[in-house]
Amino acid sequence: MNAPAERATALAGIGESRLRKEDARFIQGKGNYVDDLKLPGMLHMDIVRAPVAHARIKKINKAAALAIPGVHAVLTADDLKPLKLHWMPTLAGDVQAVLADEKVHFQMQEVAVVVADDRYIAADAVEAVEVEYEELPAVVDPFAALQPGAPVLREDLAGKTEGAHGKRTHPNHIFTWEAGDKAAADAAFASASVKVRQKMLYPRVHPCPLETCGCVASFDPVRGELTTWMTSQAPHVVRTVVSMLSGLPESKVRIISPDIGGGFGNKVPIYPGYVCAIVASIVLGRPVKWVEDRVENISSTGFARDYHMDGELAATGDGRITGLRVNVVADHGAFDACADPSKYPAGLFHICSGSYDIPAAYCRVDGVYTNKAPGGVAYRCSFRVTEAVYLIERMVDVLAQKLNLDKAEIRRRNFIRKEQFPYRSAFGWEYDSGNHHDALEKVLTAVDYNALRAEQAAKRADPNSSTLMGIGLCTFTEIVGAGPSKMCDILGVGMFDSCEIRVHPTGSALARMGTISQGQGHQTTYAQIIATELGIPSEEIQVEEGDTSTAPYGLGTYGSRSTPVAGAAIAMAARKIHAKARKIAAHLLEVGEGDLDWEIDRFKVRGDDKRVKTMKEICWAAYHEPPPGLEPGLEAVHYYDPPNFTFPFGIYLAVVDVDKLTGETAVRRFYALDDCGTRINPMIIEGQIHGGLTEGYAVAMGQQMPFDAQGNLLGNTLMDYFLPTAVETPKWETDYTVTPSPHHPIGAKGVAESPHVGSIPCFTNAVVDAFAHLDVTHMEMPHTSWRVWKQIKQSGVS
Amino acid sequence: MSKKLISVQVNGRTVEKAVEPRTLLVHFLREELSLTGVHIGCETSHCGACTVDVDGQSIKSCTVLAVQCDGSEVRTVEGLASGGVLHAVQEGFYKEHGLQCGFCTPGMLMRAQRFLLENPNPTEEEVRAGMAGNLCRCTGYQNIVKAVLYAAHKLQEKQEAAA
Repeated sequence: MNAPAERATALAGIGESRLRKEDARFIQGKGNYVDDLKLPGMLHMDIVRAPVAHARIKKINKAAALAIPGVHAVLTADDLKPLKLHWMPTLAGDVQAVLADEKVHFQMQEVAVVVADDRYIAADAVEAVEVEYEELPAVVDPFAALQPGAPVLREDLAGKTEGAHGKRTHPNHIFTWEAGDKAAADAAFASASVKVRQKMLYPRVHPCPLETCGCVASFDPVRGELTTWMTSQAPHVVRTVVSMLSGLPESKVRIISPDIGGGFGNKVPIYPGYVCAIVASIVLGRPVKWVEDRVENISSTGFARDYHMDGELAATGDGRITGLRVNVVADHGAFDACADPSKYPAGLFHICSGSYDIPAAYCRVDGVYTNKAPGGVAYRCSFRVTEAVYLIERMVDVLAQKLNLDKAEIRRRNFIRKEQFPYRSAFGWEYDSGNHHDALEKVLTAVDYNALRAEQAAKRADPNSSTLMGIGLCTFTEIVGAGPSKMCDILGVGMFDSCEIRVHPTGSALARMGTISQGQGHQTTYAQIIATELGIPSEEIQVEEGDTSTAPYGLGTYGSRSTPVAGAAIAMAARKIHAKARKIAAHLLEVGEGDLDWEIDRFKVRGDDKRVKTMKEICWAAYHEPPPGLEPGLEAVHYYDPPNFTFPFGIYLAVVDVDKLTGETAVRRFYALDDCGTRINPMIIEGQIHGGLTEGYAVAMGQQMPFDAQGNLLGNTLMDYFLPTAVETPKWETDYTVTPSPHHPIGAKGVAESPHVGSIPCFTNAVVDAFAHLDVTHMEMPHTSWRVWKQIKQSGVS
Repeated sequence: MSKKLISVQVNGRTVEKAVEPRTLLVHFLREELSLTGVHIGCETSHCGACTVDVDGQSIKSCTVLAVQCDGSEVRTVEGLASGGVLHAVQEGFYKEHGLQCGFCTPGMLMRAQRFLLENPNPTEEEVRAGMAGNLCRCTGYQNIVKAVLYAAHKLQEKQEAAA
């Protein structure tokens, strides 16, 4: 018998940097993405899109398109009307046109679809559909949209003064949402000795996963069953919505998310293309494939952010924050299709008091319609947490500059202290755990912060220095793992998650999940949790997800919820099996259950090391000779409804050198310390952090979706939209502390979004810090060389 | 549209097919030959997910016509392993966690193996420049660079053993 330590290592359970199980297929070109699917008789769909942002549709002429050999159908809103499918509900309680119904609301909006034998003929047919538009003035700026007399976008909502989230105060207004205590915050400001205010724009960006969105819809007219393979981060929710829209019983709808080439929030919403492909398959009785191209992906699918924020801090003279006030105008585009839990139209934005003990806080968000694509997805973040963290981390720096306080010191003075956890914030969240002070000191020591500040001072004093040096700090707290179903639901379905585990007679196991990986490595890490819980080697555990006909119902993967919610469901399902295994072991060893000790992969009779039953033996017994009165088999299902969110945190530090001549910003160093609680697979965690930091770098330094006054998107290819290559991408240094979540079964908190959320303000803080001695308190993202160069000129840097 | 007969060596096998002149190489490989390891990420030759070898060069197959490859030798990710043994770049990406969602991976691997033929003993900076035609949204490249260096080392060892 091997020693326990050896046996534990052989399991490759929690804490092991286990190599990834999914890699074998991906490195050999045997992945199975939606576009790889080919079904007999499959047709191809393509979409006719609006060239203008705001217009009435006068006429659509399909004749030329239909005359092309190989074209099977051209569908417009008028064709969907009899089916009542020309509009569909959004996740945010609004409706969205599936195909433009009399009016176009944004450039590249879906106007018609064509279905043809292959994608080339479909593309020809798109060109041949003639659409006559009567252009209307476009509304691009959300502040202009709220002016009296502004052109009204949503004529379908005429006269509706109540929306899904309360009162609408203007035809282009969607909702006003408030959190915190306004009176308390106002009182804090009235009595404050120091006040700062900063307006900032978190620009519209796009998650831009490398694989675009698409589906293959296959309706079987004989059986009346619909199977759809789809790039969806939430296949079960899609099944429910498709059933509601189509009238097909949910038991006859099967949604399969196969391998997904990155999601980052972009693959949460239900897009018109999916609906049209399903309709086309039902109408034509043949499988229909739709895969969008890159321009379509950037132009029409879920964008992120677009928050115009106005922040204020009240503080004492020595830098203790006493109050926070935030007002936001949120540009939601033409339809409110934000992907948030139903009750939260601004997501979890009210985490914006951050890692700080702020006694009074208030925020207000107003959602506005403009002639832009709908979306508002969480781009590698939990619902609007990125915006919240950006706001507070910028504001703390603004306050530090006002008080001439060091940016690390102001954080020390305001952090929630570790003995305050669990901590109730002024917005009402209960932060489960944290230890910011120790983590901050670890980072400051690792980078020799004092030496960096001394170097910066020397550079500032040296007129011959060719660079401006900036040091950025971001000490964030996230809120992930949505969520407790008493608070969080999607279209009424609680945001729990699920796991089913079947342990086979010979001791291997199959786990089926309600989540779906888009690169996170679930097949590897979920198995590690089971391995540790049940003593079954992770190599012998198969993990399946993404097929609604086999997996238990789950809400999917986004908002860093897989580990906090589904990871907990796995542990709980495994514990049900463990409890049964103990009964079987007690029966086999002829002792009471209480006389058994668990050790790695076996039960031992306490005080008698020779009397053991391994999990492998127990598995066989479960099917061969279960104890009398106990049903055979070894399976469990668990639906986990988390009691709270989890609150991962981190301390990030960036050092940048800005070229005084060109405005180019070089990232000299980026040090990221993350605390995600229990670490399941350190290799995968580090990989996720590298990726998130790189996305954060892209957002902070280059990504934006600029529109002209007519609502034309000026950058919708990868020529214009910044995705960094290996050359621009900085080198990342990672570190960690471990503060387990007290309410999660294995103490894990989720990690993959922290580096995106935390790095973006860190970059901005670093760039602004380079100019801090010149009285610059804020610079808008993205920090391209051009923008930074303009600041250099404006600040009179020679 | 009238079709043109082309003959292409794909992963060591001669393929003769009639294709439309406008058919892109990537669609020829994916749809005619079912080599779906070749991916489409942008259709504008920016992302590199469609990278394959054509006559000893890295080529983005989304912006090359199949008819342009008449008489050429094409190699895709499906032809990378031989005799059930992974190529060093495949092993490197696995061992160094050089992939996450896997969508960019075939293009990365094809570029990496060609790059290492062009520069068998690269520095980290040379790897970064040599792989700059391939975008990844998941990994942040750090482990991809490690993976390519792993493969370089492995290939060198192999060559030394053979010598």
